[in-house]
Amino acid sequence: MAVKRRFKGGDIPTSSMADIAFLLLIFFLVTTTIDMDKGLGMVLPAEGEELEISKKNILNCLINSTGNVLLGGEGIEIRNLSKSVRQKLVENDKLIISVKAHQSTSYSDYIAVIDQLKRANATRISIAESN
Amino acid sequence: MMKFNRKTKLDSEIPTASMPDIIFMLLIFFMVTTVLREYSGLPISLPKAKRIEKLKSKRHTSHIWVSKDGLISIEDKLYAADGIRHVMYEKRVADPQLVISLKADERAKMGLIGEIHGELRKADALKLNYSSKTAVD
Repeated sequence: MAVKRRFKGGDIPTSSMADIAFLLLIFFLVTTTIDMDKGLGMVLPAEGEELEISKKNILNCLINSTGNVLLGGEGIEIRNLSKSVRQKLVENDKLIISVKAHQSTSYSDYIAVIDQLKRANATRISIAESN
Repeated sequence: MMKFNRKTKLDSEIPTASMPDIIFMLLIFFMVTTVLREYSGLPISLPKAKRIEKLKSKRHTSHIWVSKDGLISIEDKLYAADGIRHVMYEKRVADPQLVISLKADERAKMGLIGEIHGELRKADALKLNYSSKTAVD
């Protein structure tokens, strides 16, 4: 006994396809977190590239373990650093700022100092090894 | 006043038949270009700075996590300070454009950071980026 089925067209409804795809697209856009890495750039000197620099072109910047800063022998607040460094760079544009930190200086103080130097447009920053 | 009658009837509907294809293409484009975060790192709170720059490419970036207790993690493996050299040297050889993103906790000590500087210099990975948050003041 054969039952005859009248099968009309086997089409998948495509009218809502765009909506579904849109929904997927928006879902992925929302759930994707774009966490761009940002920070202070620094180029380290290559190993064995120590060179002698005349003393008058060096500005020592020392940070102690409690976050106090000594710039060229004088104590200074970290937030005033950029102003002072900018002034010194005007006087001598060959100036190299040598940052030296104590072993137990906290990293945030160091970053604050580097940030201040960057704000003063100091391009020549050297990191002295603390020992 | 003269009235102009348009002879041909203008079909003013946007063709929607290819809409799913366009959307799917967008979807696939976003899926392909998204780089998912690969490593979870260590729990840290980054220091804040103002003069920050964006890292250009995620593909040429390698992270070093330093926690406040002095743990160093690269690609979810813990290393001693003098072990960084070998890992970073291999990465540097594989990718000359490598930039190291140092994600150190703000309470980390400079003695350790100085050691990492020395190791990176020995590994010839000289482009460094101190990862930090944007300061608001």
